Amino acid sequence: MTDKTVSLPESPRHSGFIKNNLRNYGMLLSLLAIMLFFEIVTDGTLLQPLNLTNLVLQNSYIVIMALGMLLVIVTGHIDLSVGSVAGFVGAVAAVLMVRYHVGYPIAFIACLLLGGAIGAAQGYWVAYFKIPSFIVTLAGMLVFKGLALAVLQGQSLGPFPSTFQKLSSGFIPELFPSAGTLYPTSLLIGVVLAFVLVLASAKSRAREQAHGIEVEPYAFFVVKSIALAGAVLYFTYLIASHRGLPNVLVIMTALIALYGFVTLRTVVGRQIYAVGGNAKAAKLSGVKTEQLTFLTFVNMGVLAALAGLVFAARLNTATPKAGLGFELDVIAACFIGGASAYGGVGRVGGAVVGAMIMGVMNNGMSILGIGIDYQQVIKGLVLLGAVCIDVYNQRR
Amino acid sequence: MTAMLEMRGVSKSFAGVQALRDVSFTVEAGQIHALVGENGAGKSTLMKVLSGVYPAGSYDGSIVFDGEERRFRDINDSEALGIIIIHQELALIALMSIAENIFLSHPPSRFGVIDRHAVHRRTAELLAQVGLRESPDTLITDLGVGKQQLVEIAKALSKRVRLLILDEPTASLNEADSAALLERLLAFREQGIASILISHKLNEVARVADRITVLRDGRTVDSIDCRTERIEEDRIIRSMVDRDLAHRFPERSAEIGEPVMSVENWSVYHPLHPERQVIKNVDFKLRRGEVVGIAGLMGAGRTEFAMSLFGRAWGTNISGKVRLDGDEADLSSVPAAIAAGLAYVTEDRKQLGLILAADVRKNVTVASLRKVSERGVIDDVVELKAASDYRTRMRIRCSDVYQATGDLSGGNQQKVVLSKWLMTDPKVLLLDEPTRGIDVGAKYEIYSIINELAEAGRGVVVISSEMPELLGICDRICVMNDGAFVGEFDKDDATQEKIMRAIMRNVRMSGSRADDGVARAGGEAR
Repeated sequence: MTDKTVSLPESPRHSGFIKNNLRNYGMLLSLLAIMLFFEIVTDGTLLQPLNLTNLVLQNSYIVIMALGMLLVIVTGHIDLSVGSVAGFVGAVAAVLMVRYHVGYPIAFIACLLLGGAIGAAQGYWVAYFKIPSFIVTLAGMLVFKGLALAVLQGQSLGPFPSTFQKLSSGFIPELFPSAGTLYPTSLLIGVVLAFVLVLASAKSRAREQAHGIEVEPYAFFVVKSIALAGAVLYFTYLIASHRGLPNVLVIMTALIALYGFVTLRTVVGRQIYAVGGNAKAAKLSGVKTEQLTFLTFVNMGVLAALAGLVFAARLNTATPKAGLGFELDVIAACFIGGASAYGGVGRVGGAVVGAMIMGVMNNGMSILGIGIDYQQVIKGLVLLGAVCIDVYNQRR
Repeated sequence: MTAMLEMRGVSKSFAGVQALRDVSFTVEAGQIHALVGENGAGKSTLMKVLSGVYPAGSYDGSIVFDGEERRFRDINDSEALGIIIIHQELALIALMSIAENIFLSHPPSRFGVIDRHAVHRRTAELLAQVGLRESPDTLITDLGVGKQQLVEIAKALSKRVRLLILDEPTASLNEADSAALLERLLAFREQGIASILISHKLNEVARVADRITVLRDGRTVDSIDCRTERIEEDRIIRSMVDRDLAHRFPERSAEIGEPVMSVENWSVYHPLHPERQVIKNVDFKLRRGEVVGIAGLMGAGRTEFAMSLFGRAWGTNISGKVRLDGDEADLSSVPAAIAAGLAYVTEDRKQLGLILAADVRKNVTVASLRKVSERGVIDDVVELKAASDYRTRMRIRCSDVYQATGDLSGGNQQKVVLSKWLMTDPKVLLLDEPTRGIDVGAKYEIYSIINELAEAGRGVVVISSEMPELLGICDRICVMNDGAFVGEFDKDDATQEKIMRAIMRNVRMSGSRADDGVARAGGEAR
């Protein structure tokens, strides 16, 4: 019996491997195609260092919230309140720092805690009282939109202390003497990152191989590694030739790595997927389903707060309208990235790619001078199309 | 009298399993015809053929109604002739009124607008006919099960019923409601309405039936005309269970050792009706290496007993003591029960047992992620090895451990579930209908696995509605009825007839029995 698993023929496995993984890379290929399209029709404006930096800054808060939203959607729920929560937390931050002159670190931490508390308040009803998350967070959306108005008394409040602005508009400090137009520290970080990524995947492949586990074909692995390293290096080269790595990009990358790791490799992550896949079966397997659902909402609240802070720092002012409609972009990012509305399915990488597809389209269409009206039409159609393709693929 | 309905030589099979073999069945006008047999004998399948749930062409044989051969395409065709089936699970909409439910599909209307006065008037007439004193505007959810049953019958009457089929109508009724229902059937007989009554309760059957037909393994094995012959309960029971048992079960060689689990005074109440005691202060003992079966009818409380033990996954207001290896065990939650060494394999594999979209590997390890992780981080190599080991050991047939469990056959899915629980290294496994919906070959493999579990010194409890299965694999069989153990038989002592008699004797008693609940009527009980 043991022999049987080892001595299966090699050849059909490889084609199967590529076929199985095509779906995972499908969205990434779509992103590349969309980027290529806009790069051409905007005569190279899209990938100019200045525009690329802007692209990152403009979409950072969507990506940050998409990480939390993905977990919420994977457990089979939804959070409609994230835009309002982000706006409300930004307003509170302004009141603390501008009106009461609270120090930046204390205000920052207080705002994240506030976000967590908001998430806990909503998650409590969803997880333990089994009230549909759609309703709870719809209520939350109204409540926090109203509270943001109340806290700001209908006025914009700013400007923030300059240290706080650095959260969004700052770049990592330059350690080396500047060499022309390039920022060497940022470039160095990119090189190290590319090296570490390739090394890590080579190590894990070697380890799996040593244990007799089926691995991807060698040629596939090499191509993948070169593409990965190349993309990272090219991207950091572009970023480094403007003003270096933005602070928020560093935060974002760290969060993406963290959530990717949590979802793929940890017990908690696995259990979250089990809850979304079949809550009853998960519960009978000893998974604490209510507690996990509750925690995903707490987590969502903290990330919404962080996004609200990033957005407020970027505008350098808190306005009652901040956060308006963010939830739509965030939810769309997750579904474009392949998450299932029924729960149990979705990847961090997918949600990030989904957010970037939305971001690139926003940016590209703005450069082309397409009005906000048709931008929305096109974005809506892309969302519908992406989900249709996904459903079609699953039926096949 | 002339035959109203004649089913001739009906055969039907599902994916190679023969559910009905050449069954002939006749109902005369104004006759009450009882259909009895074990779970899975083919009673429901026969009725689904008759009512058109299985359309003409999907079975062999013919249906003659009123002297003409009929080919029903769906349930509407049979209803048009007045053949109305009332299922065990009532098909009423809880938040609609009695009147709305009765005239759901064919309300009296003018130009598409429902004539509310006509609905009300006709509902009141129908309710009077079935003897239900309720306003037509009462919501279904405010009625008890007995009254809901009468609403179903009123609904049937509204469709000009000529042949009424009742699938275990009294299973969830108390004595008084059952008696009222049977009175209705007798009254209908006077009006020339024929009935087919599917029931496990032989005393009821004996009281009202004009003819009794016994089905076993999809065949008609006996038919008794109650007007000319005396009804002998023994004869019915014998024909219900008699069958060949040889070579369907693997050899056993487990040694029975020390007691591993003892349950004392276990009591459970219904989660939605907290006044209803579902498990009535029962005691239960299990030894290492022992396989104990729990027999009983559906609704006897077997699943509720097992699930309440397993971390109180079912029921409310649970009390009683459980000792595992002599020490009192904490079974306050599912994780605690797993940690204490309990495992529960559900009867509903797809809804409660598996994450169908997830692969074999994730399903195998989901209950014991601690064993393949360190400080909360899963070691995927260790996990993969564990899953692959179980795949080999349990002979799970899948392309690899990355295949989604939803794509596997029932038998292989069950092996995945068993693997999941074996990986938690339990002292006691509670297996609830472990071979339901599994083909014969896979059943044999599951039996072998159960033997291996016992040989490894684990205690195994098997809940099953298939009596031959219990006789083939168990060391001891307990009979549960109405939330209490009413009989216990040793392997050598047990026969299907004895078990069936223990079940039947107590089915007859339930309802009239005082509700102290501890009644143990079985002669062989402790």
